[in-house]
Amino acid sequence: MNGTWLDFEKPILDIERKIEDLRGLATPESPEAMEELVRLERKADRLRKEIYAKLTRWQRVKLARHPRRPYTLDYIKVIAPEFVEMHGDRKFGDDPAIVAGFAVVEDMPLVIIGHQKGRDTKENIYRNFGMAHPEGYRKALRIMRTAATFGVPIVTLIDTPGAYPGLGAEERGQSEALARNILEMAHLKVPIISVVIGEGGSGGALALAVGDVVLMMENAIYSVITPEGCAAILWKDATKAEQAAEALRLTASDLLELHVIDELQDAVMRHVRSLIGTPKQELLDRRLEKYLKMGVYLEEATAAANGAPDASPPDPAPPPA
Amino acid sequence: MTWLRKAKEGLKAQQRRRELPDGLWSKCEECGEILYHKELERNLWTCGKCQFHFRISARTYIKILLDEGSFQERFSEVVSTDPLRFRDARRYVDRIKKARESTGLTEAVLCGDGTIEGHPLVAAIMDFDFLGGSLASAAGERIARSILQAIESRHPLVILSSSGGARMFEGILSLMQMAKTNALLARLSDAGVPYISILTHPTTGGVTASYASVGDVILAEPKALIGFAGPRVIKQTIRQELPEGFQRSEFLLQKGMLDRIVHRSEMRKTLAWLLRFFAAAERLPHPPRRRAGESLARFRAASGPIPSPVGHAPTAAPSPVPERGTSPAAAPEPESSPPSPAGAKPSTE
Ligand SMILES: [Zn+2]
Repeated sequence: MNGTWLDFEKPILDIERKIEDLRGLATPESPEAMEELVRLERKADRLRKEIYAKLTRWQRVKLARHPRRPYTLDYIKVIAPEFVEMHGDRKFGDDPAIVAGFAVVEDMPLVIIGHQKGRDTKENIYRNFGMAHPEGYRKALRIMRTAATFGVPIVTLIDTPGAYPGLGAEERGQSEALARNILEMAHLKVPIISVVIGEGGSGGALALAVGDVVLMMENAIYSVITPEGCAAILWKDATKAEQAAEALRLTASDLLELHVIDELQDAVMRHVRSLIGTPKQELLDRRLEKYLKMGVYLEEATAAANGAPDASPPDPAPPPA
Repeated sequence: MTWLRKAKEGLKAQQRRRELPDGLWSKCEECGEILYHKELERNLWTCGKCQFHFRISARTYIKILLDEGSFQERFSEVVSTDPLRFRDARRYVDRIKKARESTGLTEAVLCGDGTIEGHPLVAAIMDFDFLGGSLASAAGERIARSILQAIESRHPLVILSSSGGARMFEGILSLMQMAKTNALLARLSDAGVPYISILTHPTTGGVTASYASVGDVILAEPKALIGFAGPRVIKQTIRQELPEGFQRSEFLLQKGMLDRIVHRSEMRKTLAWLLRFFAAAERLPHPPRRRAGESLARFRAASGPIPSPVGHAPTAAPSPVPERGTSPAAAPEPESSPPSPAGAKPSTE
């Protein structure tokens, strides 16, 4: 077992090592070793359940970013072995931080698009750690439009720390690329299923995630800002990320509670099938309604009732001549 | 000797402060020019020397841009609550309270309708002084209702942005306001109702990654900082100095991200021209509009009642031909351009 493990996974790792060792010894000739093996396996199961049920939000952040977690292409390999990747935004370039292409899953044609992280340093440099440039988002939009042209449902897999904050990204209109995707996704007349498979980092995640259905893996996160970024701004200390992660409420169960995601499961195909027959306008109306309902605010009878001066407040900046 | 120099400088700074009693003078953030408040007021809070545009309040923009007395505020009843019970050193609810007291606003965006030179419009003006002009549930809902109002009234929508981005204190709900507003803007576009986005100093983050960047026309004030990531974050990421003028309006215009840079003193005139242009377009024969209005009835419940707008179309049919010759400095203008800053250095070219 090589690769990186998180601190709270250590007890599980220890037992798994013991199990590995025992496997060689446990033969029908040594019933004691067999018994011990069964006992250890049960214990490992129990421990796994216990540990993962009690994780803090910060530990879930670490799990969501786990270097051994399946990434977009790993899911694609399993659910769509025939996946054919498409490249380029037809404007500037091709961005390996987002993969997009065609697939047939259970006889259903699908367009699958997702952020792609790298497994090692070299791959991460190539994939830019899953942080896309504008050309990545524009490629995604181009291929989503192709999907809509042919009535093909879209599945998006979300896994990014955020859209890339760099010189070239700004020069080529990172904000416009994100904004355009968010707007156009509300427009696309085909079912869109979005799944947060790891890290749902802010606008860079949302720009692929305006779906009819938004699913989230159990130990994934979805947040307006990284806990580190939030900590740096509010606590003036990036090491306070653990506190920020708690305050931001960014885990799957938090989001379910806040009515942002739909349910905790990965049955994408069930949703695709249930949506594929929906009349197009109905599909768009329901998608719009879903997002219109998001947000928690008060409606005051009169603004003044809450002690807020509203009618003619003093102007904070001196008025112009 | 350093200590002596420092001490002297400290003394000078103190003297300067004494010479500049509050309320009479201000120093330009950009060029350091000392500016009389009277003169600043006359220049609509822009520096006469370097054209830097000082940040002004939403209500000041209403006064500068709209016809006097035409503004009718809407949706002020929609206010923030604290869905995450967020607290760091301070509680979010206390931050809201303080922002309300210091700005006299109830949210980071002031919404309503009014007229500019008689042309009706729906306006949403952000105010940076209210929690950094940040976008959260209540602000998003107000903007959503303004968009619905624009769709139903068919009056053009103007959103003036000034924002640090999505508000952290409402977590993911703030992020979702980007989807809410842009999903409705898609309907506005379907309905053929124009949307003019005005970017002011500074506009970054989630607001630029949603409604601010998708206007049919995008205008910006000169030298405004506009970008997705803030300069500090970019500097940390790429570990090198940023080029001069990076992420300023002039840079964005050059990169093709803006339609025009408009001096504050010319903004009202430019908006009036655009509203006149779109009003003329509205009078052209059109194939039946898509069912924007009828399909929206169901969303009113989700997004509260939409008031009937007060604006009235100007009685005389205005010609969409711009008043030309007001701007001798703007020689290389295309045929149908609005007048560009006359007094100020035209920053568009
Ligand atoms: Zn100046």
